[in-house]
Amino acid sequence: MTTTGIVLGIESSCDETGVGVVEVSGDGTVTLLADEIASSVDEHARFGGVVPEVASRAHLQAMVPTVHRALRTAGIAPSDVDAVAVTAGPGLAGALLVGVAAAKAYATAWEVPLYGVNHLTAHIAVDTVEHGPLPPALALLVSGGHSSLLQVSSLVTPLHPLGATIDDAAGEAFDKVARLLGLGFPGGPFIDRAAADGDPNSVRFPRGLTGPGDARYDFSFSGLKTAVARHVEALGRQGIAVPVADVAAAFQEAVVDVLTAKAIRAATDRGIDTLLIGGGVAANSRLRALAAQRCTAAGLRLRVPRRRLCTDNGAMVAALGAHLLAAGAPASALDIPADPALPITTSLVGVPWTSEQQQ
Amino acid sequence: MLVLALDTATSAVTAGLLRLPEVGSPEILAERVTVDARAHCELLMPSVCSVLATAGVSMHNLDAVVCGVGPGPFTGLRVGMVTAAALGDALALPVFPVCSLDAIAYRAGTGSPLLVITDARRREVYWARYDESGARIDGPHVDRPLDVPLAGASRVVGAPDVLGLPVVPPQYPDPAALVAVVAAAVLSRATPGPLHPLYLRRPDAWEPGPRKRVTPV
Ligand SMILES: [Zn+2]
Repeated sequence: MTTTGIVLGIESSCDETGVGVVEVSGDGTVTLLADEIASSVDEHARFGGVVPEVASRAHLQAMVPTVHRALRTAGIAPSDVDAVAVTAGPGLAGALLVGVAAAKAYATAWEVPLYGVNHLTAHIAVDTVEHGPLPPALALLVSGGHSSLLQVSSLVTPLHPLGATIDDAAGEAFDKVARLLGLGFPGGPFIDRAAADGDPNSVRFPRGLTGPGDARYDFSFSGLKTAVARHVEALGRQGIAVPVADVAAAFQEAVVDVLTAKAIRAATDRGIDTLLIGGGVAANSRLRALAAQRCTAAGLRLRVPRRRLCTDNGAMVAALGAHLLAAGAPASALDIPADPALPITTSLVGVPWTSEQQQ
Repeated sequence: MLVLALDTATSAVTAGLLRLPEVGSPEILAERVTVDARAHCELLMPSVCSVLATAGVSMHNLDAVVCGVGPGPFTGLRVGMVTAAALGDALALPVFPVCSLDAIAYRAGTGSPLLVITDARRREVYWARYDESGARIDGPHVDRPLDVPLAGASRVVGAPDVLGLPVVPPQYPDPAALVAVVAAAVLSRATPGPLHPLYLRRPDAWEPGPRKRVTPV
């Protein structure tokens, strides 16, 4: 039994104010109708990282106009919306609050259910707007805030965490290395571009936590970042100009080598035949290429959303909301908090319902 | 006119429903004020629903929203403001901004010079000065307590305990005062000014200095 309808999703956990609109049809297909974003990324660039207060101010300014744009792009009236979904966590506290408070107001005024959802689950759910229903999968979530391996049996049951970074997130490592190579913020796209002209084998940087006794599914990028810094400083001492493209390529290779190797190992260990990669770092071209190559070799199906859907957006929140609506999930209560540390095992907040009850 | 008033600029989470007659003072139909500096997001929308239910009024019968725009500690302040903006948008209602200190001053009444002070956290206060007619003549500002000019104010209300003075009510804006401050504009069906928060402080942000070396020089 699938409920059909149109879901508006609001995302404000970091520096993107995102509002997406999707439609879920009777067979469970989720179709993207709008994906509008107002980003404050340029305001953070000179600080070398997202400044929470700057992001929160920008969310407040952008929220209502972005909702308008999304409705207009989707070609729908507010009365066509059947549910409002919002990122309830994890993320920056002050930034999350703006989205959650706005979503409560819209849901109440439009008299539709509110779904307060987990940002990380939404990164996985968004793939269904591009590649259709998701079979049981192993998910690699990589972004500026997270690097996790998760077992996904469905989008409306709790995710099972297998491993995560023990220090820096992958995206954080990209930011830090970009800065030390004199490249811009956020680091991911800059490293990706610089690395295109570099030799990934020019330096062999360390692969963290890949020794025989190391945690099988956890990541560590802090040592890699330090190794790159040492390398750059050593060149400086010798008066050698830093070959930025080569260092960027070698660093990127070390990151994506570990990410793909561990993700494929986890899928193989667990007998899962689908690997899904999501989050901002999934936009990295080398990660996409190496994952494709290794999945083919391992006989796995690879699913990676198009770049625009990998970075934070409202469509991913709407997509998860659509799956919850279709599954008949109860609405979140109006007193839900924004939870900066929302655990990955909670996909929908503010309801007594757990997906086990569904089964 | 039926007016919904919201304010989250102080530790009070304030929602109220008022009937604003063409002549005479606003009549409060229901209000809910909860002092909890850490739960603005959790409390505000349930409070709005509760005052509407208590008064038996549908959201769709509202004529205007009035919202405190601070100054106030930012995280809480934004909850009220984005709620007011979204409700105004969804229900096609005008949203009238009110300086939250003006609403406290209104509650304090007229007759003698007045200083309104609220807690800005981080050992600072927001303040504004009003003359005996109730007109704001200075502020709002944010300053260290020692830098607030107390001279000339015969009354200090709000949170003067931050300055070591006795607490004098009113400490918070209330729905009736929020609406009273902009009643004329609401009744005239004027187009409200932009809904801009009174932050008064710039965001804490530092441009990174030179990178620390990982190898000894
Ligand atoms: Zn994200």
